[in-house]
Amino acid sequence: MTDLNPTVPPHPADSPPLLEIAGLSVDFRLGSSVVHAVRGVDLRVSAGQTVAVVGESGSGKTATALSVLRLNPEPPCVYAGGEIRFDGRDLLALSDKELGRLRGRDISMVFQDPMTSLDPLQRVGPQVAEVLRHHQGLHRARAREQTLAALEEVGIPEPERRYRQYPHELSGGLRQRVMIAMALVGRPRVLIADEPTTALDVTVQRQILDLLVDLQRRHAMAVVLITHDLGVVAETADHVVVMNQGRVVESGSVLDVFDRPVDDYTRRLLAATPRLEPA
Amino acid sequence: MTTTAPATAPSSPVLVELDGLRKEFGGGHGSVAVDDVSLTVHEGETLALVGESGCGKTTLTRLLLRLLAPTAGRVCFEGRDLATLSAAELRYLRRQMQVVLQDPYSSMNPRWRIADVVAEPLITHDPAARGRRGRARTRERVGELLEAVGLDAAMRDRYPHEFSGGQRQRVSIARALALEPRLVVLDEPTSALDVSVQARILALLAELQQRHGLTYVFVSHNLAVVRQVADRVAVMRRGRLVEVGDAAQVFHEPRHPYTRQLLDAVPIPDPRRARRAGGRAGGAHGTRPGADAAAAGPPAAGGTGGSGG
Repeated sequence: MTDLNPTVPPHPADSPPLLEIAGLSVDFRLGSSVVHAVRGVDLRVSAGQTVAVVGESGSGKTATALSVLRLNPEPPCVYAGGEIRFDGRDLLALSDKELGRLRGRDISMVFQDPMTSLDPLQRVGPQVAEVLRHHQGLHRARAREQTLAALEEVGIPEPERRYRQYPHELSGGLRQRVMIAMALVGRPRVLIADEPTTALDVTVQRQILDLLVDLQRRHAMAVVLITHDLGVVAETADHVVVMNQGRVVESGSVLDVFDRPVDDYTRRLLAATPRLEPA
Repeated sequence: MTTTAPATAPSSPVLVELDGLRKEFGGGHGSVAVDDVSLTVHEGETLALVGESGCGKTTLTRLLLRLLAPTAGRVCFEGRDLATLSAAELRYLRRQMQVVLQDPYSSMNPRWRIADVVAEPLITHDPAARGRRGRARTRERVGELLEAVGLDAAMRDRYPHEFSGGQRQRVSIARALALEPRLVVLDEPTSALDVSVQARILALLAELQQRHGLTYVFVSHNLAVVRQVADRVAVMRRGRLVEVGDAAQVFHEPRHPYTRQLLDAVPIPDPRRARRAGGRAGGAHGTRPGADAAAAGPPAAGGTGGSGG
């Protein structure tokens, strides 16, 4: 019990949070009806730490994740309360212009379906390079050079050839790698990954998870991983936040939450998770 | 333990036999979706068909149901070659083979009430279900079917969009059961569902199987789910069967390296074991991304590109 596995969190939970969500409430207002999608959520993540947000559909986990960069569509979304602090600033209080400067540079996102974030009519290389040209004002040649390095870093074979291809010419796994390259090319300090492997086959998922963990360690990023898959959580997260119906019902280190779940919903979620080796 | 190959064949009689099945798409330079697959499905068992996207598992079920005609090979249902049946005979036989798909919403007319959705196979296949007298009887039967899958009979007057994903999957199971089939092909029946809903649907399927002596062909990419439901497992890769065996054998002593690879890739919902097993575990990173990508990138790209062309 007390003898914890030595490979668990290298980063103490008491290091100051890089990103802190405090009392976040998000409503969706449609006509006269209001859906309280997120109700007073607290979450903090430090550099080099991975916090997984787990829950089923409708739990508010994606709405929470999208709130960090204010990507929920407004309207119908209304940020009804709370703060999201990054580097001493409340992201919810920033102007669109200020926030635009943070997006992709300090804080990046990876989504489940790369086709929704990649422009189907543009070659993938220039799409990644665009991030550098926009945020760092790099010239075409430099941006191209760094993009090729980024494609290589995320394990894309033949980056020169891939650079010139269109999204539909790539497999799902390669597209996801391109999206990760695009998210990381600006060297963000925080990465928010919303179900980054859900649409992928297991063997590809395995590669992408290993890649994310590796890049996270190499760059000491703070990662917020949104997922419904407790297997993915167990393999990648230091800390777990369990959400149900817009609320955080449990929060703790990955070992505590799996070994000694306190909340009834967490217990049911763990019990319902199918396993290769029946417990 | 025992390595005798025939040990994998259960004692119950063969319901479906696939013999040397092959399916090519796209003419001359087309792709081979299913390549020389021979497989038997035995009465009362759950045979799981597993594999990654593009491996041909869905095409194989379409051949089994004769929604597609094979390029070569045979499908026999209780010893009768489906290709030799007349249209009327095939139609009669189809009552005994039903299918449940991953996304029930896409297989339901959104303008139909649930009662009409569930009654459709009855009305199509059973003259007694039509007409004024048939209508009342059909309505009652729909109510029974809904109750059999854990829904309220009163829900029959609602529309598909009023149901949750799990409820819709129950409706499509009710519809599949309407004609009292012997074989149900379940194509990723829980892949779109939350885990707690998935657990309930799996329990329902097991209960229905027992009560009605159903035979299941369970298509899934989720090995943990397959572990729960399957008696036997067939692993497909690039259109071929790489391994068929008892579930316990396939999971514990996989014979084919690809099966091993699939099993190793499944995330383990146990942080201690997951870390020890080497997913994220001690220090494997650093060498992995580059090496893995070099090894695994090209086939992945080729696979998807191939099935598109």
